[in-house]
Order: sequence, then C-alpha cells, then structure tokens
Amino acid sequence: MTAETSFSQAPPPEATRRSRLTAQRIRSAWIFLTPMMLALALVAGWPLFRNIYFSFTDASLTNLGAAQWIGFDNYYSKITLPSGREITSGLLVDPEWWRAVGNTLRFAFLSVGFETVFGLIVALVLNAEFKGRALVRAAVLVPWAIPTIVSAKIWAWMLNDQFGVINDVFLKLGLISEKVAWTASPDTAMTAVLIVDIWKTTPFMALLILAGLQMVPKDIYEAAKIDGVHPVKQFFKITLPLIWPAVMVAVIFRLLDALRIFDLIYVLTPNNAQTRTMSVAVRENLFDFDNFAYGSAQATMLFFIIALITILYITLGRVRFDGGK
Amino acid sequence: MAVPKIIWRIGFWLLVAFIVFMSVFPFYYAIVTSFKKPSEIFQVSYWPTSFSLENYKSVLTSGDFLRNIWNSIVVAVSVVALAMLMGITAAYALARVRFRGRGALLLIILGVSMFPQVAVLSGLFELVSGVNNFGTRILGINLSNTHWALVFSYTIFTLPFTVWVLTTFMRDLPMEIEEAAIVDGATPWQIVSKVFLPLMWPALVTTGLLAFIAAWNEFLFALTFTSSASMRTVPVGIALLSGSTQYEVPWGNIMAASVIVTLPIILLVLAFQRKIVSGLTAGGVKG
Repeated sequence: MTAETSFSQAPPPEATRRSRLTAQRIRSAWIFLTPMMLALALVAGWPLFRNIYFSFTDASLTNLGAAQWIGFDNYYSKITLPSGREITSGLLVDPEWWRAVGNTLRFAFLSVGFETVFGLIVALVLNAEFKGRALVRAAVLVPWAIPTIVSAKIWAWMLNDQFGVINDVFLKLGLISEKVAWTASPDTAMTAVLIVDIWKTTPFMALLILAGLQMVPKDIYEAAKIDGVHPVKQFFKITLPLIWPAVMVAVIFRLLDALRIFDLIYVLTPNNAQTRTMSVAVRENLFDFDNFAYGSAQATMLFFIIALITILYITLGRVRFDGGK
Repeated sequence: MAVPKIIWRIGFWLLVAFIVFMSVFPFYYAIVTSFKKPSEIFQVSYWPTSFSLENYKSVLTSGDFLRNIWNSIVVAVSVVALAMLMGITAAYALARVRFRGRGALLLIILGVSMFPQVAVLSGLFELVSGVNNFGTRILGINLSNTHWALVFSYTIFTLPFTVWVLTTFMRDLPMEIEEAAIVDGATPWQIVSKVFLPLMWPALVTTGLLAFIAAWNEFLFALTFTSSASMRTVPVGIALLSGSTQYEVPWGNIMAASVIVTLPIILLVLAFQRKIVSGLTAGGVKG
C-alpha cells in the first residue's frame, strides 16, 4: 500500500479494486464468524466465568441468586480459635481433593501410556499388507464405536465378581485362586478402569498413528533394505522419528480426554475413593453434597491444572498441530 | 533363514487374531448375554446357548427406554444441524480468508473443543436450570429438563469440532474454484452456498456423523440437566437402569438395551469407515 501511494496520487484502478475486494472479504468473514463466536461465548466463555465467580462465593445449589462474595475462603482459610489453635480449611489443604488430583494424573498417564504403545502396535499391524486387512480394521473400530456408558456396562458385567466371564476364565487358567471383585475392591478398581479405558480408546490412537504411518514414503524402507538395516533398527531410526509428530498430537488429544474423565468412572466404579477423579469430585460436590461453591472452586482448579499440563506439553514437546507442514 | 521367517509369520497372525478377538469379544459377549433366558443369565457360557427375546421385550415395554432413544435422536440431530449451520460459514472464513487474529481464533476453537466440560458445569447449570437462576431471571426462559437444555450445552463440543474439521477440509480445496466465482462478482455468501456447499457434501457427512456420535454418547450434561426419567437420553437411561429391587441389577435388560443402541452405531461406523477415519485424522493430525 505505501509503495503504491508514494508512486502516484491516484493508485491504478486494478489495485483499489483488489484491496476493496479484500476488505469486503474480511468484513464478510467476520460476519460469518459472528454466530459461532456468540454461541461459543454463551456456552463456554460465560459459564466458565460464572464458575470462577461461584468459586469465590458461598453459592448453594438451591439458591444461586443469593450467592455472597467470600473471597478465597473456598480455596484457603485460616481460623484462630479462642484457645489459640489454628484451623485451616479449603481446597488447597483438602487431602480428598489432592487424592482426586493424584488419581486423575495416575489414570491419565497410565492409560495414555499404554494406549500409545498398543496403538502403535495395532497401527503397525494395520499398515502391513496382508489378506483380510480391511476386516481387521473394521474389527478394531468396534470398541471405538461403542458408547462409553455401554462399554462401561458391558465390562462391568464381564468383570462381575460372581457371574463375570473374566473371573471364570482366570479361574480356569489358574491365574487367580478365588473370584475377584474387580470393580469394588480397592486394589483392583483402578486397574479395572484402566483396562476398559485402554480397550475403548486404543483404536483412536491406532487410527491417528496409522494416518501418520501412511504418510511415510515407501522408498525410504527400500533404501534401508538395500543398505541391510535390521527391521528393528529401521523402526526406531526411520519409522518412529517420522511418525513422532503424529504420535505427539494423538497423545495430547487423548491426554486431555483422560484428564477430564467422568462417565466411565461414575458408572464402572461408583463411590470408590481409589478411582475418584477430579471431574467426579466436582460433580459430587456440585449436585450431590450441596457444596456448590466448593465444587466450583474444584472445577476452577481442575481447569487451571489441565491448562497448565497442556501448555507444558505443547511447549516442551514442540507439538505442531499442522502435522509439520 | 526359512525357520525364523515362518515364526515371524505365525507370530504376526497370532497378533492379528489377538487384536481381533480383544476388539470384538466384549460386544459378542453382550449379544450372547442379551439373548439368554433370564434364568440362564447367571451361568457363564461362551457360546449362544439359547435364543430368547425376553430381555428385549422387557426393556422395550417397561420403563422409558423407547422414550430415551427418541430423546437422544432429537437432541443429537438438532445439535448437529445447529453446529453445521454455524460451522460451515465460520469454516469458510477461517479457511479461505486471511485476516488478523485468525490464528488466535483457531487456537481458541481448538481449546474449547478440548475443554474439560466439568469446568463449565456450574455455569451451564445456572443458565439452563429453573428457580431464581440467571437463565430465568434475565432471559426469562426456563430450559430445565427440556431437550433444549441439552442442545444448548452440547454446542460446547459439537460446534468447535465441526468448525475445526470443516476448516481443514476447506483449506485443502484449490484456490482456482473460488477465483472464478470472485471474478464473476459473486458475493462471499454466494461463494459459500453455490461453490463450496456442493463440494463439501462428503466432509459434511463425515463431520455430521462424528458430531452425532459424540452427542449420542454424551453423559455428564445429560445426567445433570435432565431430572425426570422420561427426559433422559440413552446413556443416562442405561446407566440408571434398575431392577425391581435396589440390589438386583437387571443385567439381561442392560445388555439388551446396550445391543439395541450400539448396533446401529457400529453399522454406521463400518459403513462410513473410510470417511470416519479421514474425519478423525483431519481433526487430529492434519489439523
């Protein structure tokens, strides 16, 4: 623009026409974006803001309108009793909350870790050429297609302590000596949740990694074969580095999903301190225990914990959502 | 050299067999259980032993299960239609027009789509529930225990997802198809509706299907924003399906209900396999 105006007083008609066109396009772009932005502000922005606001109040489920501002008391407060004893309360010193945070992190890292390894294996199998590959791929999609609640119920039935097929098989194989209450026992509840989650989401991981695998040019392997590179070395030195960006993106999608897990745990292992995650704790406080403000404080903290993990992951892992293009 | 190769092949086929078995066995077992007579349910069997429709009859005739299916269909179809309507114009703007703040906007959209939904639960509750809350006081509408409460709240994940996937699809279309229309003096709205819409059908089917499945499966909002059994969606209905007494879990009914709601989804997914995979990877990898 500056170059044009310094050239002559009147810019050539072609240039003004083009810039007018650009301006018109940009204007209509914003008009096109407005409904979506308004909708997102209404269903995401505003509720998030209100949630943060509630966390600084004494709001109760039955009368949200009467909420009074109480500052940071939901997060941390210290009262000194007449006897001189100090009592601290609030989210920051709540062992149950930190236990839920620990459960969530343990669940998320374990499940995503296993899913990545299994997803990689399944993707490598699907990337090989063999008879019936289409059928295998269709079969792999089945767990992904089953709604989470349904898979939770099917697995709850299979893991049933008295009549479950898993106990039956394990007993027959001699892996266990007596029936195990997989979903109820404190020792195995987390394992049960992990099994179901890994089973359900490995297909997603496999499909995303497979897409990355299919973008690797075939001639690289031919060159490696001529040079006599061992297949295992080929995998670690050629395949893995090339698909790494795809894996990193798949992992962040799954990690964010795992960090907010609610439905599977709520249905498979209800009221179990070993598997209570942040989301489950928030919902319990909001609607079951009538601690609306406290639940909001937990939800606020959950939001910032997940945001922090995401930012750390993206910056440390140098994730590129454009797939390195 | 011949022997290790044979072992490799056997190992490979064992691995394939294991993957297939693990993938389909749980659903197979649910089907087997659902066709058992109620008296046989508590005997573990690996093959179909009897063929009884009693569980299906009982889940379809008693309670609100049919009504739940209807609720799920109404909510999922409405929310997908709404997301599409807003998504396609937004995607055009994000994919085809260069303007300041586009990158930031895309990042926000991606952020919202991966949002922990529980963080907006209290705020959404205030908007969609009754008594002396923001929604009723300021807007004068009470969405509590209606389909609209769910359509409204599901927009938080269907809309950003739709916009994101459609944007990646639109970005891959060549510039030339648009240039001709611009030269002919078409308005941006004409470009979207006359040039892009006809080309976007495959992408719209994929995106719509994935958004539909996400809405069909949603649990947290459906559990929180519906208060009567007749307003529940399928996942909530199945999760809260109870027997005649509190201590008796009606496994036969639950498995029959599971098969009924899952079979259409599995068939849909298998029929649109290629499209779904391309949609998932467009949302994930190419982004």
